Parts: sequence; structure tokens; C-alpha cells
Amino acid sequence: MTKWLLLAIAASCGAPDECEIDGTMCKKLSGWGLFDDIATQTPAADVIPYDLNTPLFSDYTVKDRFVRLPAGMSTTWNPSDALDLPVGSVLVKTFSYLHDRRDPAAGRRMLETRVLVHGESGWHGAAYVYGDNTSDADVAIAGKLVDASWTHDDGSTRMNRYAVPNQNQCKECHEEHDEIVTPVGPKVRNLRPDRMQAMIDAGVLVGAPPVDQWPHAVVATDPATGTVDERARTWLDINCGFCHNARGVARTSGLFLDAAETDPAKFGVCKAPIATGRGSGGLQYDIVPGMPDQSIMIFRIASTDPEIRMPELGRNLVYDEGLALIREWITAMSGTCL
Amino acid sequence: MKRWLGLVLVVSACSSDPCEGVTGECIALTEGASATDVQTALIEVMPGGTIAFGEGTFHFETDLSLDVDNVTIMGQGMDKTILSFKGQTSGAQGILVTANGFTIHDIGIEDPPGDALKILGSTGVHIYKTRVEWTGGPMETNGAYGLYPVQCHQVLIEDSLVKGASDAGFYVGQSDGIIVKNNRAEGNVAGIEIENSTHADVTKNTATGNTGGVLVFNLPGLDVKNGAITRVFDNQIYENNLLNFAPAGNIVGNVPAGTGMAILAAHQVEIFNNTIKDHKSINIGVISYVPLGITVTDPNYDQYPTAISIHDNTLIGVSDKPTGQLGALLLLAIGEIHPDPPYIVPDIAWDGVLDPARDPYPATDKLCIQNNGDANFINLAWPLGEGALPSEDMSPHDCALAPLPEVVLP
Repeated sequence: MTKWLLLAIAASCGAPDECEIDGTMCKKLSGWGLFDDIATQTPAADVIPYDLNTPLFSDYTVKDRFVRLPAGMSTTWNPSDALDLPVGSVLVKTFSYLHDRRDPAAGRRMLETRVLVHGESGWHGAAYVYGDNTSDADVAIAGKLVDASWTHDDGSTRMNRYAVPNQNQCKECHEEHDEIVTPVGPKVRNLRPDRMQAMIDAGVLVGAPPVDQWPHAVVATDPATGTVDERARTWLDINCGFCHNARGVARTSGLFLDAAETDPAKFGVCKAPIATGRGSGGLQYDIVPGMPDQSIMIFRIASTDPEIRMPELGRNLVYDEGLALIREWITAMSGTCL
Repeated sequence: MKRWLGLVLVVSACSSDPCEGVTGECIALTEGASATDVQTALIEVMPGGTIAFGEGTFHFETDLSLDVDNVTIMGQGMDKTILSFKGQTSGAQGILVTANGFTIHDIGIEDPPGDALKILGSTGVHIYKTRVEWTGGPMETNGAYGLYPVQCHQVLIEDSLVKGASDAGFYVGQSDGIIVKNNRAEGNVAGIEIENSTHADVTKNTATGNTGGVLVFNLPGLDVKNGAITRVFDNQIYENNLLNFAPAGNIVGNVPAGTGMAILAAHQVEIFNNTIKDHKSINIGVISYVPLGITVTDPNYDQYPTAISIHDNTLIGVSDKPTGQLGALLLLAIGEIHPDPPYIVPDIAWDGVLDPARDPYPATDKLCIQNNGDANFINLAWPLGEGALPSEDMSPHDCALAPLPEVVLP
């Protein structure tokens, strides 16, 4: 049996940073050997960047995503579920704020890098938080709050008390009911085609059909890429569906927002809430066709109150563009609830 | 004098190790421990270990979570160790537990903006001598649920107190194998609520000063539905007359202020040996989901209460100020029988809605009412004006159902 143990020299004190894929997370991000240069996010040779068509909204951060498969191993094209990455695989995601969203060249503030590793016993995750020196980052088992500000798309100054998740919160999103931590992404239908091609070229994604048989890449905020219904369901799948599915942590709500759900009553149409508390906003149903302002879904997407807002993790701010899309989707629905 | 006091305090602080007397691995957290220290302990604790808080108040800006099996969280007393979530800015609950074999005791949880303690999908939950309180009193901005196990198995909640929840103080949802015993629920919208659950014993509790004392509900649209077999016995349920402060749109927002017990579309419920008194709307109400007027899109949901047995209770007090939409239904029906005031609501009311699919109606599915002293009754014949008339005749319900089994936890 392979002993999945990595040893590296931690930059700070010279002691070896012991990490293994089955639970012991490196104390330093550098311990994983994922980057040639962490500060510039230059990946190591065996680490492949990827990108998504429709990303999860994370308070207007930008994300660099990478995947590393064990040497010589690959994953097989799967049209529906998340790619089945072999034991030893690592998914990496770095969150940053651009100083000025209108001008990416003006630089960015790096916040954290999340590392998800596929061990023999399942997936394990940890977040590494950057200080002023971004040449390395420290593990933050219990998460961290980071105050940040940036210049927004409209030129205004925006601020956020950005929350780095704790290790349990990684699992709340990535875990399903059977207690196997599964990655949120990437699914081939959500992989940006040029990056998918790069994975195929690198030999880590095998069995792909010809390009003309690839699933249609839906970018939720780009009307050119799909109908309102396609884009709204994609947006809900990415932003809500990992908890709101029959096995996710939000299963007790009976509201299932993953792309596979086909019953309108289960994705919220005329569905009465269960244990919603103030989240109902005084409204009767999750979605009232044609009436976004009577729909709890809109109320919660538009809220910043911790008891009301959805998603409840990883979002403090309102995603204006996503809210507009779901509003458009509900407005276009026909039918009534009673 | 001051020096002596200082010395005494120092001595007592040194001598009080929160882990004292705990066997097995124990992580001590004394006053001044940061939120990061606490969350780190909750992640790094080994299965079977204990996290022991000292006396004092611990403040949290984000939620706490535990995902390690067989862990005990303990304090030094429900009024001595306080986890305060006042000012919490992220997380929909104070504490989230997703591990099996969870125990918590001798601790207070205060002022979370959302639910206080949510336990999801756990087998083996033991909560005792735990207090949850919204310290500003009943307010719509209080969190929804106090002690909140959902989709759990083998749940024991005892000797605990919940005050001020804007939905339910004690709320066990979609679970199986439940004992709620010797607790006090006060100043909540719903004191104790058993929802979509099976095999529950609610006993020796006191529910007072809530909007509704004890609720047994079944709701549609959930994977775990049509809960059954709940016994409510030996409880003191009185003066639950608090204005309903649930945020609108919540199912408990339908509970009229002044409700002792409400049975909503529940199955196999045995209510006995309780004292239920002094409610301005109703001592015991039994209704189907139909009068709520909420669309039901779930074809497998049974909207009708069945096999409800109410026997050997003491039901007293004058209910003459029913409130809310259901209170209005009560008044309409009473007015049909007694055109002139005063309009006094009988102790037990049933909406009278029968499942059209249960024809002939099985005797084992009946609402049975026996030996409740001089308690009286009304069949509301909802919806009025479609042929059926309301009736105060209790004789159709003079029957007994087989006693339900005691809940035995391993």
C-alpha cells in the first residue's frame, strides 16, 4: 500500500512540515509543493490550472483553481457527476480581491488558498491564510475573519469582512449524507472548454468525446450562453445545489436546487417553507410564479442578515447579478399557487 | 477586605479546572479563550473526548461546529458558563453538530441571531441541564429554534430550559426515538414541537408563557414525513397566552396565542395525564392541514390527523379570547351554536375535516376523547356553510385506542 506522506521544510522555522493526504494537513501551504511561486500563483509542473463556466459567488473574490493528479494517473470523462479524481489528487483554490475590479492589472490582495486532498478515507480540506508576505500561507484550522476593501465594477469602494471557512465548514459544503467529502467541482459541464482541452492535452482527463459532443457551456451571467431557465438552473445548481440536494446538509428543508431536480415543487415552486424562521420574510412560498417579490428565494438571496441570507456560508454580500437573474427567471414563470 | 477578596478569587480560579473529574481526553477552555481557540478544540478533539468550559462568558462572532463522534461539550452550570452569540455576523446557527453520539450539559447558550443548537443527522443525542435564552425577551428578531435536533435518531433532552425562541424552544424534527423530559419552555412561540417525527415521549415538562405550549405537527414536502406514535403525558401546560411573535410565513405563525396543545395532521398521538389550563384560545386543538389554505404539492403527504387519543387529562380555564385566523374559525363555529355572547371555546376543538379517501372511516384512525373530567368539545365542521354544522356532541368520540408503546432508548 502506498504511503502517502509528504515531507517538506517549512519556511518559518526549519522544522519539517509533516503532512499526509489522510488527515494531517501541512501547516504551511508550501508543504504541499503545489507552486513554483506562491506569490504569483505559478503552479508546479504537475499542477494544472482550470476554470469554471459558472463559478460559485464568493463575495466578489476572484479565484485561481488548480488540480493535481498523482503522477501517471488520470480521470475519466463523466457527463453528469463531479470528475472522479483518484486517491492522491489535490484540488486547489486561491481567493483574492482585485484592488480594482475594472483593472485586473492593478494587482490583487490574496486572502486564502483552500486545499482539498483525496485521501484513502475520503476528502480532507484546509484553508491557508495569507499575511502581508504572500510567498507562503499558514493553515487556519478554525477559519479567520479578514477585513478587505476594493474598487468595485462601478467605481465605488466596497468593503467586506471576508470569512475564511473553518475545517468543518469545508465539509458542510463538500460533504454529502454518506459522509464522503466530494468536491463541488469540477463537473465537465461546468469546466471552461479551453481549460478542459488543456487537461485532455496533459493526459489527466481521458475518454472525452469529440468537442462537438461536449455539453453546452452555460455562463449564468451571459445571456448569449443559454436561456433564462438554463442559466438560472445552472446558477442555482452551482450556488445552492451542493447543500440543497437530497443528501446535502440542507436536505431537511425539502428544497432541492441541484441541476438534476426536475420537480418544480421540489425546486421551490409553490413550496411552503419548513423551519425558516425569519428567513420567510413574511412570505408563504419559496417561489411564486411571476412574483419575485412574493418569493422567499428572492428575499433570501437579497439579504445580508446571517439568519436570512442564502447561501448561509461563504457569502456576506449580495450578488447583484445573480439576484437579477433569479428575479428574471421567476418573473417569467407562469402559473399560480392557489 | 479587598485583598482578601482578591486572594479568594485567585484561589478559587486556580482550583477550578473545568476538566476536573472528567475521564478520558478533555480539553479545558477557561474564560478568555478566543473563538478561534474554541473552534480549534471542536475540530481537534478526538472521538470520545470532552470539551469543558470553565465558568464565565465566551463570545462568538461566527458559528461553532462539531463533526467528531462521541464528544461531550460541558460547562459548569447553565447559568455559570455562557456561550454568547450576541453580535454574531455569520452562520445560521450558534452551534452546528453533525456528529454521532453527541452530549451537551451544564451550559447556557445566549442570543444567537439564528438557531441556537442545531444537530443534524446524528444518532445518539443527549442534552441535559442546558439553557438557551434570548435575553431581550420575546422578539421577532430572536432566532428560530432553541434546541433543534433534526433527522436524528435516539434523542434525549432533559432538565433543560429554553426561553424566547421566535419559532420553537424545543424542536425535534424528522427524527425517530425521542424523549423530551423534565424541561421548561417559556416565552417561545412554540414551547415544545415534535415535527415529522416518530416514536416520541414528551413527559414531565412545563410549558408556560409561550404562544402555544406543546405542538405535534406533520408538514408536507419533506423526505421524512407522516410522523407517528407520539405520547404527551404528565406535563404541566398552562397560561400559554403570549402574543404570537413568529415572523410571518412560518407555520407556527398560525398558532393562535393562548393554545395549550395543537395537533396538526399528526398520526397516533396519545395525550394523557396532563394538566392543561388557562389558555385564552383553546386547551387542545386538533386540525388537518386543509384549513391553513397552503398549497400541498406533495402527493405522499397525509393531510389529516389520525388515531388521536385524548384521555385522563385535567383541562380547565375559560377560553374566551381566541386569536388569529384559527381563532376566527373557532368563533364562527361557536356562533353557529350559540348566537349570543359570551363566546366560550370548549376545551378541545377539532376542525372536523375527514379524509375523503378514508371511506368507510376506520375505527382505529378515530379521534377518541375519554375521561377528561368535565372537559367539553366542539367539532368545527370546517368549512362552515357547506352542509355540515358545528357540533358540541362528544359522543362520536367516546372511544379508546390501544395505548402507544413507551420510547426506550438504548
